[in-house]
Amino acid sequence: MRIVIVGDGKVGVTLTARLSQEGHDLVIIDNDKRVLRETVEKYDVLGVVGNGASLTVQQEAEVGASDLLIAATSMDEVNMLCCIVGRKLGVRRTIARVRNPEYTDQLGFLKEDLGLSMTINPERTAAMEILNLLRFPAALKRETFAKGRAEIIELKLRPGSPLNGLYLHDLIKLAKVQVLVCAVERGDQVYIPTGQFRLEEGDSIYVTGAAQNLASLVRKLQIMERKVRSVTMIGGSRIAFYLASALSMDGADVKIIEIDEKRCKELANLLPHARIIHADGAQPDILAGENFANSDALVTLTNIDEENMVLSMYGSQMGIPKVITKINSVEYNDIFRNLGVESMVSPKNIVCNDIVRYVRAMQNTSEDSVVALHRIVHDKVDALEFLATDETLGLGVKLRDLRLKPNVLLACLSRSGKVIIPNGNDFIKRGDSVIVVTPSDNIFRNLNEIFE
Amino acid sequence: MNFKMVANLLGRILCVEALFLLPAVAVSLYFGEADAARALAVSCVITAGAGGLMLIPRPKKKNFYAREGFIVVALAWIVISLFGALPFYISREIPRFIDCLFETISGFTTTGASILTDIEAMSKGLLYWRSFTHWLGGMGVLVFLLAIAPSSKGSGQNVFLLRAESPGPEVDKLVPRTHNSAQILYSIYIGMTFLEMVFLRLGGMPLFDTVTVTFGTAGTGGFAIRSSSVAEYSPYLQNVVTIFMILFSINFNLYFLILGRRFRQALKNEELWMYLGLLGGSILLIAQNTRSFYASFGESVHHAAFQAASIMTTTGFATVDFNLWPEFSKCILLLLMVAGACAGSTGGGIKVSRLLLLFKSMHAELRRMISPRLVRPIRMDGKPVGSDTLRGIYLYMSAYFTVTAVSLLFVSLDNFGLETTISSVFACLNNIGPGFGITGPMGNYAPFSSLTKLILCADMLIGRLEILPILLLFVPSVWKRT
Repeated sequence: MRIVIVGDGKVGVTLTARLSQEGHDLVIIDNDKRVLRETVEKYDVLGVVGNGASLTVQQEAEVGASDLLIAATSMDEVNMLCCIVGRKLGVRRTIARVRNPEYTDQLGFLKEDLGLSMTINPERTAAMEILNLLRFPAALKRETFAKGRAEIIELKLRPGSPLNGLYLHDLIKLAKVQVLVCAVERGDQVYIPTGQFRLEEGDSIYVTGAAQNLASLVRKLQIMERKVRSVTMIGGSRIAFYLASALSMDGADVKIIEIDEKRCKELANLLPHARIIHADGAQPDILAGENFANSDALVTLTNIDEENMVLSMYGSQMGIPKVITKINSVEYNDIFRNLGVESMVSPKNIVCNDIVRYVRAMQNTSEDSVVALHRIVHDKVDALEFLATDETLGLGVKLRDLRLKPNVLLACLSRSGKVIIPNGNDFIKRGDSVIVVTPSDNIFRNLNEIFE
Repeated sequence: MNFKMVANLLGRILCVEALFLLPAVAVSLYFGEADAARALAVSCVITAGAGGLMLIPRPKKKNFYAREGFIVVALAWIVISLFGALPFYISREIPRFIDCLFETISGFTTTGASILTDIEAMSKGLLYWRSFTHWLGGMGVLVFLLAIAPSSKGSGQNVFLLRAESPGPEVDKLVPRTHNSAQILYSIYIGMTFLEMVFLRLGGMPLFDTVTVTFGTAGTGGFAIRSSSVAEYSPYLQNVVTIFMILFSINFNLYFLILGRRFRQALKNEELWMYLGLLGGSILLIAQNTRSFYASFGESVHHAAFQAASIMTTTGFATVDFNLWPEFSKCILLLLMVAGACAGSTGGGIKVSRLLLLFKSMHAELRRMISPRLVRPIRMDGKPVGSDTLRGIYLYMSAYFTVTAVSLLFVSLDNFGLETTISSVFACLNNIGPGFGITGPMGNYAPFSSLTKLILCADMLIGRLEILPILLLFVPSVWKRT
């Protein structure tokens, strides 16, 4: 497909990398010639210098002959204008990044007139992901499927865990609930395991199953599972706003430490239930004065990755049970994990997943396209959700008789509200949500592509 | 420097070259030339073997940046020339290796300067190969590789190769993916090549002549298969060649725009108008100046047009011995040699777009002297030109004059007179072929010493690759391992 991306910033570059890997023809528009040149030299794409919202620039980029326009500049208004112009020129679909909370509320009202097919809000999506983690603090990472019924969570096997040395076919005996380990990361290696796989101390495991079953697994493993009642956030960014408003509804105590006085006042006006503290969150004595170590959870949300890192390490050391770090440059993920920062959220990566899923679905005209796409194991493994339709091959055939491509795992099925961890005797029925796990170099656009 | 990646690419290029030697073998066999066929076949095997060997070490690291791009391009052209010279040497049709090398480099760089004193004595198979090197060198062998090989997924490394091999101050891709851009360029190239063949055949040219002359025109090379160049063909055939020389020396991006029905954008190209203006003006001046040489004004326009187009497009065919023309006409031709063709074409020289930008920047500087506070960017095709582009042009020009000066000094050692010395350096550096004096259209480069031939070989490569890639070979820090 021919895709035009306006804005060569953080989201733009990540999207360029992901989409060019998937084999699309990309055109990138940006005002800054220097930044654009770097992108063009790194990826096999075309660069157009100019304001993406201007008609002549869009004509030069041949937006009219393209399938998709993604407006991801830092300005909401420009993004919306880009999409209006693009639509007039005849582009098939448009995606705009709209981040301002004041606009997001009216998007439903305007979406049609603006010709938007989809809007992305990295900050809001990131806040929702953090909220997910805070509601289930045992998981280092948590992705939901099938309208929240099924999940994949990441657990770390610490010394003394009953799972150490366990063969996977014995897992159900131990857990006494239906769960499945769908991916294991050991050092740099990623495994899509079978029943004969033996877990070791230090592995990161990705477990799938119904939400309540995973909760009972975690209880059985006696990993800390206390409800988060008080959350401290450092940095009063947009993520903090979205997160705080959601947490207030859950009834949790929210404290936001923000360095800029003006922003503090804004937040205080917007969030009547949260405690807004005007201080430099990077100062240990200020944190101590705010009774920082007694929080159930710490979320570091400043704009500087390094600061978030250091604060998170400090928080872990102070004994805060759940620490979540916002990271912009995921390139250093490995180093950060070695330093003991485990729960990380990267806004741009989450929205990229959404867009990649959307693009794959666009390429696929039938209904059995990708419903959800999440990247797990630090972007090395894809977890995809499909809907089984009449066109799906092998409906009603026992799974042991179906031939899947190598390295593809049928992780779970969700059928009329019930989550099934399939064994050889199960089969796919029409209307099932099918969750498939596979290394991310396999690109599946519909369910039938997983079969041999 | 990622040596394994460089070796891998060179290996692939040699395999492509070996592949292209096969049709030459077939031509030889068709004309029943056993010796030439054997020489070509042996060269093909050697080239394929060497290429295969270079493919063995698998590159682990895939890092590939601008400097690797430049080095690959420079080395690739040297390597294909060395292997491309083998058929001439093995068949003993050109006895000395330096002459074989000169002929091959002249072919690949689309110069068309020859050391052959008796072209008609050569076997048809080798003449075919000699002309074919023009065709391949015209659009570029790396661009060909990019067009046939599926580009490594999503990576931008290929753009460095495209940029280093394609001529012009700013090289842009036509479509998002380099692979597709290269395919489009070659499709247009092949299409126009066929078109010329059709027109030449309609004029009754023999098939072998058609193929070789077309290769010479398409690459703007200029190797003919007769000592008299194209003087013996009918005026119709000469006119067809004139028109196609001009067509092949126009920026190929314009053809892409025209094919996409974006006529207005294509016609906005300032370089095109300046190019056609210069060419038209030169034709009229030369026609007027050589009026007394020919029976009618029409005939003198015909010859002026052919010669001016041949020189400015940097092809180097000739219908008359322009060595005998008056000094004014020869001077115009000498200036056209330096100007060269359009950027993004198969032609050589400094390129009209560079001259246009130099002229504009001179104009802007003069205005700034009059009103120092005036802010006015230099524009080209309606768009402001970045300072990087201008800096690139200044660099190119200073390198160009340095190379010219050094070459002149070396060539003058042969003591052949200023006219010959200056024109042969210009003719080689700008990839034209014939100069004046003893290297004129009816003469050749055989009398020069081996040292001079080597210098001119270097000039041809430097000119074709727009100087910088070859000069970078001599910068020690480029060769550091990464």
